[in-house]
Order: sequence, then C-alpha cells, then structure tokens
Amino acid sequence: MEKIVLPDIPNFDKIEVYKKHGGFGAAKKAFKMTSDDVIDTVKKSGLRGRGGAAFSAGLKWSFMPKTTDKPKYLCINGDESEPGSFKDRQIFEYNPFQLIEGILITCYAIGAKSAYIYIRGEYHKWVKLMQEALETAYKDGFVGEKMKKTFGTDFSCEIYIHKGAGAYICGEESSLMNSLEGHRGYPRIKPPFPASKGLWGCPTTINNVETITNVPKIIEKGWEWFSKIGAEKHPGTILYGISGHVNKPGVYERPSGTLLLDLINNEAGGVIGNKKIKCVIPGGSSMPPLRGDQLEGIKMDADSLRAAGSAIGTAGIMVMDEDTNLLKVLLRISRFYHHESCGQCTPCREGTGWLEKTLRRLDSGNGTSADLDLLISVANNIEGNTICALGEAAAWPVKFMVDRFRDEFEKYVKTDVVIPVNNKVHSMRNTANPLANIKH
Amino acid sequence: MAFKFTEENTRRIDLARKKYPTALAAIMDTVWIAQEQNGYISDEVMTEIALILGIDKVQVLSVVTFYTMYFTKPMGKHHVQVCTNVSCMLRGGAEIYDEVSKSLGLEHLGVSTDGKFSLEEVECMGSCGTAPMIAVNEDYYENLDKDKALEIIKSLQ
Ligand SMILES: Cc1cc2nc3c(=O)[nH]c(=O)nc-3n(C[C@H](O)[C@H](O)[C@H](O)COP(=O)(O)O)c2cc1C
Ligand code: FES
Repeated sequence: MEKIVLPDIPNFDKIEVYKKHGGFGAAKKAFKMTSDDVIDTVKKSGLRGRGGAAFSAGLKWSFMPKTTDKPKYLCINGDESEPGSFKDRQIFEYNPFQLIEGILITCYAIGAKSAYIYIRGEYHKWVKLMQEALETAYKDGFVGEKMKKTFGTDFSCEIYIHKGAGAYICGEESSLMNSLEGHRGYPRIKPPFPASKGLWGCPTTINNVETITNVPKIIEKGWEWFSKIGAEKHPGTILYGISGHVNKPGVYERPSGTLLLDLINNEAGGVIGNKKIKCVIPGGSSMPPLRGDQLEGIKMDADSLRAAGSAIGTAGIMVMDEDTNLLKVLLRISRFYHHESCGQCTPCREGTGWLEKTLRRLDSGNGTSADLDLLISVANNIEGNTICALGEAAAWPVKFMVDRFRDEFEKYVKTDVVIPVNNKVHSMRNTANPLANIKH
Repeated sequence: MAFKFTEENTRRIDLARKKYPTALAAIMDTVWIAQEQNGYISDEVMTEIALILGIDKVQVLSVVTFYTMYFTKPMGKHHVQVCTNVSCMLRGGAEIYDEVSKSLGLEHLGVSTDGKFSLEEVECMGSCGTAPMIAVNEDYYENLDKDKALEIIKSLQ
C-alpha cells in the first residue's frame, strides 16, 4: 500500500530528498489551476478532517468568502493534546515539507496570505524541527515573496509558527484563535464561524496537520485516485496511533476503514502476553470506549465507528487488557478533563469536578450503586450545555464506560455504606443515614 | 530588582512582533523568551513584558496564569515531568511518578531546597506510543521503566 502522509523514504525530511521525489510539484500544478478548481478537487476527493470531527476539508474551504476587504488566514492545528494522540509530531519530524506544501496550496485555494502553525508548547523539539524546515523552505524560495519567482505565479504567502504553552483546550479551534491573538485560550461562541469571523475578526480556516499534509498528493494524483483508497465515505489513509497494552505501540499509516482488530493484532503485534482485550478507546481519550468482546468486524472510519457506538476522533487507539482496572482508567480520564476545563461554562467547570469527585469516592471504596447513576446523570447534564465540545469530551468516556461496563463498575461499589457525620449526637439518630435502609 | 531583556532577546521579541498584526499576539513568544532568560515570570518580568509590547500588565497576568508551562515561581534547574495519563499509566507511568517523587523527596510542583530539581505530574505529552515517558526541561525520555527513569534522575544529581 502506498503511504501518503508518512512515506517510507529515508531522509524525506531533507528538502533535496523531498524535491527529488516530486516535492513542490503539486503546488506548482495548483497555482496553474483556479482556486475554485483546487477547492473542488479537494471536495471531490472526499478528504475529511483528521483533527477529530472528520468534517469535509473542501467544504470547509468553500465557506471562505470570495470577496472581502479583510485579510484571510489559515491556522494549522498542531496542538495535539488529546490523550492517546501522537501522530502530528511524526509529520513535523519526518515530513515537514509536505505539510508546508499543503499549506501553500490551501492558502492559495482560500486566498490567505498568512498561515500560522500552532504547535503545543511541550513539543519543544518538534517546534525547532518545524522551524528549521520552514527556514529552509524560505531560503530555497518556496515560501514568501521569493515563491512568486520559483513557481512563476503572482501568489505568495507567509507561514509562521506559534508555540503554545500547555493547555489542552487550545486545540479547540476557537480557543486556538484566542490563544494566538494573545488572549486566554477561552473558546468562543459559534456562530459566527471562523470562516466569517476568525482570527482578528477576519475569515479564517482551521485544519489539522495531518489533513493538510494529504493535500499535495490529492492535487498531484487527482481526486479519483484518493477517493478510491480505504472507506468510500471517509477515504484516504489514516495515521493510527496505537498505545497501551500492545506489543508494538506506535503510529501506523493504513487505509481508512481498516479493521480495528487487524490493527491491534497484526500491526501492533497483538496484546502483551496474549491476554484478552477488556476495553478499547478508538479515537483519543474523549471518545466512547468499546467493549473488548464486541470488537469483531469494527472498521476504523468515521461512519463505521459511529455505527459501532463510538467515533474516529484522532484515531488514537488505546488498548486495555483484561486485567485493567477501568475505574482507575476512568478516574484518570476524568481528572484530565477536570484539569483542562477552561472554566467558562458552569456545567463543564462544575460537572467535571463532580465526575472526578464521584469517581474518587468509588475508588476509595465508599461509592454506591447510586453513584454510578449519578455519574451518568452528571455527564448527561454537561453534554450539549457548553460553548465548546470539551463538555462532550468529558462526558462521553464517563457515560459510555459506566454504561457499557456496568458489571465491572458494580464490583467497586460498596453495598453497606456508613456516611460519616461530623456531629456525634446527630450521627447516633437512626435518621442520620438516609441510605442505610436502602438495599442495592 | 527590575528586569530587563538582554539585547539579543529584545531583538528576538522584535522578530516575534513582526509575525502578527497586533503586539498583543506576540505575548506568548515574549513570555517564552522571558522565561528562558529569567527562569520564571515574576511581577517585574510581567511589568517589562507589558512595557515592551505596549499592552496592559493585566493582559500579561491573564495569559501567564492561563498556561501550565509558564512558571510564576522559580523551578528547579532540572524540571522533571512525569506523564501519568492513560497510555502511560497502562504501562507503569503512575508507579514511575511515585518512585521519582520518592527519590527526589518532592510532591507535584515541589522544588528542592538546593534548587536543583522540581517535579511535575503532567498530562499526556504525545508520547503514548513510546510510553511511559518523562521529560526533563525540554527533553523527552521515552520507552522507560522504573529503573531507567531513576537512572536518568540519578545521572542529573
Ligand atoms: C477540546 C477540544 C480539543 C481539540 N484538540 C484538537 C487538537 O489538538 N488538534 C486538532 O487538530 N484538533 C483538535 N480539536 C478539533 C478542532 O476544534 C478542529 O475541529 C480541527 O482542528 C479542525 O481540523 P480538521 O477539520 O482538519 O480536523 C479539538 C476540539 C476540542 C473540542
Ligand atoms: S499518555 Fe503519557 S504521553 Fe500520552
């Protein structure tokens, strides 16, 4: 199978090697097309976003206004902070020039003169690698004013790198824009959507690193070619990041729609010690967890996963074997979303705290069966009631894990609960513990 | 004591300033540069950042306190970060954190009295495929186990 995003070519991160394999040819081709044709090609290819929501890239670009007196912007989302996701860093390291070429083509298509690559702050090394690649591309005349001469076009654009500083929420597109503008990374209410009011109030497109790295190949080889790879409605390859209890964790580029079990058992070398799988989260920690005994036949593309009761997310596949304590896993997940909630919306700020606290109670052995219902109820009250989708990200793992693994969670529940009461006299009254007579 | 950017850093801030249509947008770059020079962002540093970018100090404060990677107090020379998020946890990240914490005698965000070490329990660092991991300052150490992690700490002592 041909790899699109991370080809097996040694030293592909060197510009000479990249050029030798046809690098920057796609940009040259694109600049001879009209911008509408470029958008149309990407639309027809069926390329969908790889950052989480799997939205059609070409369609998103077509929302950018054609006539406006404002500058337009492109933002490349390299915040990559969703637990279980570690694919974009591979692109920064092994294929930076294809990302740069993809940015040039996208800027041309949407009419942007400036693009920002937002890279998470922890990625010091990858910020440096990307910065070096960008400087080389500038020096060799592929970006900026000099590109006009190189490509024989009157189009040019600038690319800048913006380094984050540790905040998961800044991966959410509107928070990313606030962060870039120099504000706190608070998500914005939509509408207005970024295509009408984005960075500094100007039309803006935001795409994930992997999404944009696909673009040069689509232009080079045509949309028909791309649309025939993998799943029909979610075509192309996907960088699957497999982690947890497998023998060979790592990033594997395979066609969309590859069987989940095939990825785990063949690519990632199977589960350590040949144990059974208890649970798999297929798209980064915010996606609904799947039961290990129900993985047969599940394919890794947006529609198949939705039908299976989960979502593709970032395609970060977390595998947990039969000995995993799911309560501890869920507590860790909930701690994360509580920590990362920006605090703007009450349901998320308070709800994520409740989830964590309730799970801690269960973990300490003091939880009841009612707490399991409480978890689902709190999750339901966060979901859909927040400005951004961090609400869903916090709610889904809790709601679906408790529901799908109720049998396991019931094991951590205490049936006879003594609620400690501070007032000694009060605690001796038999009305002091309202739950005492309730049988579970 | 008043804080002043070095000449070199002033030049870097000028360059950062040119990336954006507004001065405010250069704030994250500027805070990074300041932290590199001073180790942490003190009140004096914030005053100087506001001055050099021509923005309100409260804007600096609001950004500095939003992000976990900007420090408002001096951290250790070796800032040790241990990831305990799910993929690392499944492969022993939490135990590594406990061991490192014990061996350094530090809690989350604690700094040793000699200023040599500080410890932080961090969220997913994007090393899930090479888990468990620790980071020391800007460098990642991956595919660890307890012994390897302790060895790294020891080599810094
Ligand atoms: C809480 C939250 C965190 C997100 N983090 C990321 C991220 O780290 N990287 C990313 O590409 N998209 C992230 N997204 C999705 C973005 O909002 C956006 O949909 C995406 O960058 C669009 O690019 P795409 O269409 O190419 O996928 C996040 C969304 C939410 C709600
Ligand atoms: S969970 Fe530790 S690096 Fe991702």
